[in-house]
Amino acid sequence: MLMDCNLLCFMYVKRFFRVCSTHGFKMLKNVMLCGVGGQGILFAAKIIAAAAELSGYDVTTNELHGMAQRGGSVTAQVRFGDGFHSPLFREGEADVLCALEPVEGLRCAHWLKADGKAAVSAQRLIPVTVSTGRATYPADLDERLVRSFKTLKYIDCCAIALKLGDLRLANTVMVGALSGWLGLPESSWQAAVERSVKTGLVENNMAALKAGQEA
Amino acid sequence: MKKLLSGNEALARGAWEAGVRAAFGYPGTPSTEILENLVKYDGPYCEWSPNEKVAMEAAAGAAIGGARSMVTMKLVGLNVAADPMMTLSYIGVVGGMVIVVADDPGMNSSQTEQDTRHYARLAKLPVLEPGSAVECREYMMKAFDISEKYRCPVIIRTTTCVSHSRFLCEVGERQASRDSAFEHNPSQFCPLPIWGRKLRRDVEERMVAQAAEACGSALNQESKRGTKLGIISSSVAALHCLDAFPEASVLKLGWAWPFPDELIRDFASRMDRIAVIEEGDPILEEHVKSLGIACDGKNVTPRCGELTPIVIQGVKARLEGAEAPVAKPVADANDLPGRPPMLCAGCPHRGIFFGLTKYDVIVTGDIGCYSLGVFPPLSRTDTILCMGGGFTVAHGMVQAGEKRPVVGIVGDSTFFHSGMTGLLNMVYNQGKAILIVVDNRTTAMTGHQDHPGTGRTLMGKPTAEASIEKIAEACGVKRIRVVNPYDLKQVDDVLKESLAADEMTLIISRAPCILKERRQLGPKPSVDTAACKKCKACLKLGCPAIELSDAKAAPSVNSSLCIGCGLCVQTCKFGAMK
Repeated sequence: MLMDCNLLCFMYVKRFFRVCSTHGFKMLKNVMLCGVGGQGILFAAKIIAAAAELSGYDVTTNELHGMAQRGGSVTAQVRFGDGFHSPLFREGEADVLCALEPVEGLRCAHWLKADGKAAVSAQRLIPVTVSTGRATYPADLDERLVRSFKTLKYIDCCAIALKLGDLRLANTVMVGALSGWLGLPESSWQAAVERSVKTGLVENNMAALKAGQEA
Repeated sequence: MKKLLSGNEALARGAWEAGVRAAFGYPGTPSTEILENLVKYDGPYCEWSPNEKVAMEAAAGAAIGGARSMVTMKLVGLNVAADPMMTLSYIGVVGGMVIVVADDPGMNSSQTEQDTRHYARLAKLPVLEPGSAVECREYMMKAFDISEKYRCPVIIRTTTCVSHSRFLCEVGERQASRDSAFEHNPSQFCPLPIWGRKLRRDVEERMVAQAAEACGSALNQESKRGTKLGIISSSVAALHCLDAFPEASVLKLGWAWPFPDELIRDFASRMDRIAVIEEGDPILEEHVKSLGIACDGKNVTPRCGELTPIVIQGVKARLEGAEAPVAKPVADANDLPGRPPMLCAGCPHRGIFFGLTKYDVIVTGDIGCYSLGVFPPLSRTDTILCMGGGFTVAHGMVQAGEKRPVVGIVGDSTFFHSGMTGLLNMVYNQGKAILIVVDNRTTAMTGHQDHPGTGRTLMGKPTAEASIEKIAEACGVKRIRVVNPYDLKQVDDVLKESLAADEMTLIISRAPCILKERRQLGPKPSVDTAACKKCKACLKLGCPAIELSDAKAAPSVNSSLCIGCGLCVQTCKFGAMK
């Protein structure tokens, strides 16, 4: 069917505005990070925030310090885009979840939007409550993760990091895994890594980021 | 230029730009990073004082001499520093002085949830409440100006969320700073009754002038939106409200005390309905009501805990007569194992707490990483009161006739903070308890700050290393024992003989914090599953590196966490841990 030229123009304009409203003028991304104190969750948040800032977005982060660092559950939030005042978003508002430990990922699953995406590390850390027989670590963890996350990247980031020669790269692998979901240009991630790590470690971290992207 | 700064980093930046000459403080989450960041800049003198009272007095001295000064602490630190602050409000300052107090709504790492604004009213000092890192920097610079204009210290109150959230902040250059150049003026600086009564009246006049200035101050901002609902709020709660109530106008009070009455009256007169949404106690709300303005407040807002966005959403629902939303974990998360914080793998405190599990004693603990000795499986702390309370609570129990032996524990930084006076008191008043200093050579819980026992200052200079033993000796303690907490037999021997002794004992358990040293202490053991009898004795250490995922299996050692402290090897009677 032939379409009236005016109608066609109208549709394109409409589509343009729809694209703008989700990717352009009014864009807001919420990233939730969780893990166990000492895993380096703040480092992951730092790279994501730097990538957003270097892409020209307004950005905030929130981190929990203090007692929880001693092996307890920890979370951090990163927001970027426009039209927000508070550095915190609420449960059910995260676009992306980055979990450095699978049980902690489940604990924070309700922070994701219905169509939110999750990158979860497969590295299991047994809590002392389990080791002392006061609780059990879920045996059906993998099934639970699949049930709880519609879009899931379940990654053995430690194995990937070890392959790259340094276990400490595991966090960067995780950041790489979620980097494709945030709509930030590749050059920003490169610059974010350069800004966040010592000069000698840039190459390794870039390799880890890439490995995460491909995982 | 813009920089992504945390609230604490922005406070440091603002103080530096404002030409702060000297800054003092005692570490305490969530305030610690302010001085840790300020010391990175050239110019200001920075120090960790032994406690908040000392820090407040030193900052007062600098400002009385005419230099700009700052003092930082967490909420409970202000309890310690309250005495000098009250008098300082009367005698005032010459150079600007800012008192930064970081509150902790939600009690993320504090033993109380006290609202510092009460102190501002009690001391009759202005309080500024930044809600973001951007405001932290701006308010800090403004606070110095207000302080010098009215010749009184200004309190900046942050919260955990404000201190630990990062925003993109504009930054500028440093103003010139002044050295102290004190001028003799006893009627101002010596509040003897003859002069004090005048100073007292001056304080009241000062507050009237401040309230008038606050009404027109840019620190108090109205976001003009609808007129159906007007929200009066402060700090980060106001930012949550701006997101959660897109239709409502928000009066954000950055300079909330002394109350800007005219501003509040004018705002309320233009709104159909007023809600005061504040974190902490209903201080603003009660004042708004005292002005004859009807408002919602704590009837729809929780009194306890942090006002997070979901909580604000609940406030909104209650204002609209709807049901408050509840954040429910997913179904698969309902039976997850808890993960409380705990002593690190290889932590030197573990040997002492494990040693104490063998004896029927009462353990009065204190504030620090060693608070974690309260959790199972160690469960070896009975009370936690305050900094220094580990020694003094033990003393009180003993003097009141407690039949069971009492053991008081403080850390090394805590010993210098306020443990020393408790030790002195026990010697002087002939108390009999076992006092233990768990000396890990740093202020560990807040992230490894130096203290008078470490031989290094905040500015990185080597200095005298205060000796806990010699202080104890000078106080008159006769029985002093130093133990290696990684040697369980030595720990047990010393505990046994100390319990049998008929006088007080001071035990110094000395080994550096492993999180600071980050070194391997010995070979990492592994479990010989053939020799293991599954008696679970090693699990009683509560070491995160010893894992047991199946109750019927033998435990295993997580080699990425283990640092080879050897405690588990000593607890295994069957030689299976090697």
